[in-house]
Amino acid sequence: MSTETLEKDQAVVAVKEPSEALLSKRRKKVVSDPLVDDNPITIQVLGICSALAVTIKMEPTLTMAIAVVFVIVFSNVIVSLIRNFIPNRIRIIVQLAIIAFLVTFVSEVLKAYYYDMFKVLGAYVGLIITNCIVMGRLEAYAMANKPYDSILDGLGSGFGYAWIILVVAFFRELLGSGSLFDFKIFEAIGWSSFPTNGLMVDSIGAFMILGILIWIQRHKTGYVESH
Amino acid sequence: MESINIIIRGIFIDNMIFTYFLGMCSFLAVSKKVSTAFGLGMAVIFVLTITVPINWLIQENILKEGALAWMGSAYETIDLTFMQYIVFIAVIAAMVQLVEMVIEKASPALYGSLGIFLPLIAVNCAILGSALFMVQRDYTLVEATAYGFGSGSGFFFAIIALAAIREKLKYSNVPDGLKGLGLTMLITGLMGLAFKSFIGIVI
Repeated sequence: MSTETLEKDQAVVAVKEPSEALLSKRRKKVVSDPLVDDNPITIQVLGICSALAVTIKMEPTLTMAIAVVFVIVFSNVIVSLIRNFIPNRIRIIVQLAIIAFLVTFVSEVLKAYYYDMFKVLGAYVGLIITNCIVMGRLEAYAMANKPYDSILDGLGSGFGYAWIILVVAFFRELLGSGSLFDFKIFEAIGWSSFPTNGLMVDSIGAFMILGILIWIQRHKTGYVESH
Repeated sequence: MESINIIIRGIFIDNMIFTYFLGMCSFLAVSKKVSTAFGLGMAVIFVLTITVPINWLIQENILKEGALAWMGSAYETIDLTFMQYIVFIAVIAAMVQLVEMVIEKASPALYGSLGIFLPLIAVNCAILGSALFMVQRDYTLVEATAYGFGSGSGFFFAIIALAAIREKLKYSNVPDGLKGLGLTMLITGLMGLAFKSFIGIVI
């Protein structure tokens, strides 16, 4: 009993210590870990659906990446702020409601200011709700950490997701359509007979490129999945 | 006849996994053994066949522009489409919870095999995705039910096939970095290529 209270006291003291530097070493790690070593897509295998579906061209991919970063960061903050008031049994529904609210916001903004892009992304904007990265971060991080740390964690995971889908989109658009951001790059350098690869525009190209990307990335970080 | 066509399309041509990449998370995570893949696949078929028609009814009678006309002429101009995401996901989460409780009471054996997968399904993109596609495609109620069943079956066959391949892969010598997810992605790509040969089937 006495040791327990002692531990509790120590924990309280630890919390009250002079506030941590705004970008301490630990906090930098919270941001940088998901970028490479603990990447949500290549290592944790989360959020694959939208990673593949929108990556035919760079522009929708960039829009999607921004939308997902926005949703992750804000849902992380909101859940982290109210984490002590969420009853454990209904937490999934509470989290889903918060995410759905943010996604509705994103889709209404897209519809109002960027209607062409909204039509291209179609149902996949709505599918950010079921993007496992968002749910995963809420469950694993925001439910147990303070708002500021949760923002950093959201940024880290969001950008970890963003750079992977941008790389996939880069190769798919370059090889599949011969362009980048709809700019015909091969015609510009005088190679107008560049053979575009239909497989890359198709879903199969997405699987292949992501598979190879995962291989390279895991080879570099030395992560091995046990069977 | 149209419904059968929709089911066939859902399984072979517009396959949830190979064409739309929906439900990939659970597709990759739960495909290590055929028996568990079977359980998840059945649960997905079950939940999709129930939630797609329910969401159809809600969409047609409440959310659509002018759908509230049955409440009186004052409501004719109301457009609640922006509520779509929240309502659909709430319906799915609630239905999954309900189905779980009903199965637990009615058939403990089935609950034993499906039980752990049901909560997972609430956040399966395939369920929400089907509901959103159903809205885009203007189905009737019967067609929507057929679509739910068809796309669920498509997911079922895909995950069983992948699990069968992965069970065999256990004994092969794979480069370290490619183990697990990397190789699974490549296999899924090849399977998608095979499914391409079904394009054009019409009954």
